[in-house]
Amino acid sequence: MSRRETLSILAGALATAILACVPFLFGDYGLSLAINIVSYAVLATAWSLFSGPTRYVSLATVAFFGIGAYTTAVFAETLPWPAVLAIAAVIGVVVAAIVGLSTLRLSGVYFVIFSFGLAELVRQLVTWWEVNKTRTLGRYVFTDITAAQIYWQLLALAVLVFVVGFLIGRSRLGLALRAIGDDETVARHTGIDTTRAKVALFVLSTVFMTLTGAIMAPRWTYIDPAIAFNPVVSFTVLIMALLGGVHRLYGPVLGVVPLALLFEFLLARFPNHFSIMVGLVFILIVYAIPRGIAGLVEQAVRRPA
Amino acid sequence: MLLEVTLSGVTLGGMYALVAMGLTLQYGVARIMNLSYGELLIAAAFAALWFYSGLALSPLLGLLVVPPLAFALSYAIYRILLQPLVRRAKTRDALEVDSILATFGLLFVIQGVMLAAFGGAYYSYSFLSIPLHIAGATVAANRLLALVLAVVIGLGLYLALTRTRLGTAVRAVAVDPVAAQLVAIDVRTASALAFALGGALVAAAGVLVSMFLTFNANLGVVFTLKALVVVIMGGVGNLLGALIAGLVLGLVENYVAVFVDPGLTLAATYAIFLLVLLVRPQGLLGRSSR
Amino acid sequence: MSALLQVEGLTRRFGGLTAVDALSFSIEPGEVVGLLGPNGSGKTTVLNLLSGALRADTGRIAFKGQEIGGRAVHTIARLGVARTFQLVRPLASLSCHDNVLTGLAFGRSRAWGATARATADTLLERVGLGRARDTLPAELTYIDQKRLELARALALQPELLLLDEWLAGLNPTELEEGIALIRSLSGQGITILLVEHVMDAIRSLCGRLLVMNTGRLIASGPPQQVLANPEVVRAYLGDDGDTGGGDA
Repeated sequence: MSRRETLSILAGALATAILACVPFLFGDYGLSLAINIVSYAVLATAWSLFSGPTRYVSLATVAFFGIGAYTTAVFAETLPWPAVLAIAAVIGVVVAAIVGLSTLRLSGVYFVIFSFGLAELVRQLVTWWEVNKTRTLGRYVFTDITAAQIYWQLLALAVLVFVVGFLIGRSRLGLALRAIGDDETVARHTGIDTTRAKVALFVLSTVFMTLTGAIMAPRWTYIDPAIAFNPVVSFTVLIMALLGGVHRLYGPVLGVVPLALLFEFLLARFPNHFSIMVGLVFILIVYAIPRGIAGLVEQAVRRPA
Repeated sequence: MLLEVTLSGVTLGGMYALVAMGLTLQYGVARIMNLSYGELLIAAAFAALWFYSGLALSPLLGLLVVPPLAFALSYAIYRILLQPLVRRAKTRDALEVDSILATFGLLFVIQGVMLAAFGGAYYSYSFLSIPLHIAGATVAANRLLALVLAVVIGLGLYLALTRTRLGTAVRAVAVDPVAAQLVAIDVRTASALAFALGGALVAAAGVLVSMFLTFNANLGVVFTLKALVVVIMGGVGNLLGALIAGLVLGLVENYVAVFVDPGLTLAATYAIFLLVLLVRPQGLLGRSSR
Repeated sequence: MSALLQVEGLTRRFGGLTAVDALSFSIEPGEVVGLLGPNGSGKTTVLNLLSGALRADTGRIAFKGQEIGGRAVHTIARLGVARTFQLVRPLASLSCHDNVLTGLAFGRSRAWGATARATADTLLERVGLGRARDTLPAELTYIDQKRLELARALALQPELLLLDEWLAGLNPTELEEGIALIRSLSGQGITILLVEHVMDAIRSLCGRLLVMNTGRLIASGPPQQVLANPEVVRAYLGDDGDTGGGDA
């Protein structure tokens, strides 16, 4: 392990320890903002875990997030909490595997299109099921999980996503993904089973999204398909990851913090024009900072040297 | 009953075909994967609504006004917003990713404007909703008119692309932009025109759709998705393929909505899409490439 | 059957064009075989069919007695068939060392860790790129990128190496080095099928030639004999009818 890696691990451990104290230091508003930021940190990092190296733009984040949230809504009252999380993860894995196996062996466009409508599809299917089978649309989520507990769970998930990302970067799978991102044909000719690598990573990345949704659900006391599968979530995650930069593990977080604060502000000031604002911010980022803040940081570091 | 459902399925399919033809021009020729495509359809539908209830004019008049406006708007969007991306992109894949991102942003802007103006409520107006009886089946006159107009517009486009000089240039760019340049075709202009033409087509479809469907500001995404599915099913850049795939999708959706459950139409769309992906990834009429 | 590679009735069409037409040939272990033919005669398509990048419409391909037609590219690569590309395709974001490492990590050796890294260094030395270990491919010269691609192919520990115009575009000194390198690979026991236009290289390396024209095999045998074959000459220089024309 290089010195730089040891330092990053120490810095990460220190940051985690400090962040773990947030519920004791700030009031309710501060905590809810922190929950927001950490949940987006997990989502954006998980997103770029897959989309960064493979360059497949996934527009389906909220499909998995929503699946997680709905699993909690259905099972939280009857089953112990770890079982709820396990069920959410299993459902997420199955859906991701079906989507991945049917689209990722083809060119990237199919995947983008498929992921574009996936949230809408799942939303309609859940709605159909609820209306026809359970005869209810919308559910109440009653648990005794406190906001601080949600925060700590998300923080633990964030640590986990970073550890997994770090390990992938050092593993055979990480090398395979970088090769695929460069030139898929060549990657196959060096013996890489590209479909398997992509599906594996896609499944892994979506598990984190599903779990985030499951953990977040108790924050809302009531959810219905429109809330759980709100496409703005996919969009927000995408912007944050791109602003931060998807080429480095720490990149997305750099985008999450400023944008989460900005969106908080915009939502309070312009509740009716929020999506226009977000759209404009997004277009600005695509044009002005295509390689993200992490790219800018690297340029700045490299220049004086 | 079956005949009625089939007829209304054909109408819907005709709309999908028209919408997909526009998208196949934008994606196949200009190489822009436009995720804000359906928003323009909804915007045109609102414009037609305004023509009818605001100005008390026939939506058919809107058909003469709205598509040219959409043409100009799309042309401007391509020149101002998308051409910098075309210049920046090193490869076709890079352009695809960039255009997906930029138009995804655009989607939220246009949708946000419409939400601010009209809210999330559903709108419709009643124009020519006279029942007609054809071979024992009942069809609303507005649907039939929309279908006829879609056929006329689609046929006109097909002839324009296959019989005129400019159309040939546009098709050449779709096949190979580099080679097209070599025979003195201005690829940038051809791309901009194709993109703008795609915008005009989807606006025309929006006006037609507004005559017989209820719509709201959030519905654009669904149309974009269906257009994309139809384009992929028909084979990218293939107008005839888009026509057939559009009809297939319209029919299947209508059968599912009437005979199975209206809540499962999107699931049906996805099922067909998956089937095509698994069996013929190059599209129904597409040839496998070298 | 002792042939390393046995091809029978291989056919591939693109629309109305038959790029490879009922091709049959075999290669014995240890041979260096040259695949020749005018541009557009289907040579690269043959390599693409052999490596699995394309699927044949009909025909059989047996490698070490095992049918590989229709198998996935990565499976064929792991069985021991490696290739280079006509236009070099290095993995742009990976250092030279990591480029070679991909072949080691996913090829037959499935090597990982310190051993794999050391082997990658040895392979880079082998093709003369030892100094460029941590360089990105874009910073290499064209010949060095070709060397890199060869090292990556060798990392798969191939028994059959497919070289697609690997010697094209080299200057005389580089060509000499390149020929020496290929000969040493052959000396190591690797069977080689090379698509090539450089006649010097063909004469000095190949024990046998296969000549294609419009997708068909028109000649096969030792270089002197094949290159003197009138049909081969005609394929390269045009039909009698053409030469009789007035455009000379």
